Amino acid sequence: MDEPKTMTRADLAEAVYEQVGLSRNESSALVEAVLDEMTDELARGNSVKISSFASFDIREKQERIGRNPKTGVEVPISPRKVIVFRASQVLKDRVNKGA
Amino acid sequence: MTKSELIQRLADRNPHLYLRDVEKIVETVFEEMTKALARGERVELRGFGAFSIKHRQARTGRNPRTGAKVQVNAKRLPFFKTGKALRERLNGSAA
Repeated sequence: MDEPKTMTRADLAEAVYEQVGLSRNESSALVEAVLDEMTDELARGNSVKISSFASFDIREKQERIGRNPKTGVEVPISPRKVIVFRASQVLKDRVNKGA
Repeated sequence: MTKSELIQRLADRNPHLYLRDVEKIVETVFEEMTKALARGERVELRGFGAFSIKHRQARTGRNPRTGAKVQVNAKRLPFFKTGKALRERLNGSAA
């Protein structure tokens, strides 16, 4: 299978530059600021809900006993927080229509 | 935090920008990501995470209530993998 193309921060900054009319530097700083606000909110343990895109919720995982699949040695997996990503219906529809 | 709260916080931190420009920035970021995923591309935002598309084959499902067979078409699903720096921030280590 062909490797799909990959969009990065630079592509997002370029789109902001073209569509909003800020300088390239400021466009790239604002893209970073969007991600920083989302990261900070998630790090505080709160969910982030972007309508028509997706929601990012926090789930607390309990400690459990895992096993190294290679050696069979049991190791405790400490309690931790994980992000649960839920795509909105709009995003799911667009991904399927290729729109 | 909702999208409108995100816009408000960015506006508060960037008082030199018009609110409508901050709205446009936030809309553009998520619209570009959506368009990339709709084209079947990955979106990789190092430190934050990576969005990709998973393909699900067509299958025969069953209505759990009636037991009737129903054809489920092949579909594409957006998927997100949390980035390393974000994962570490969630769990308290500095990153």
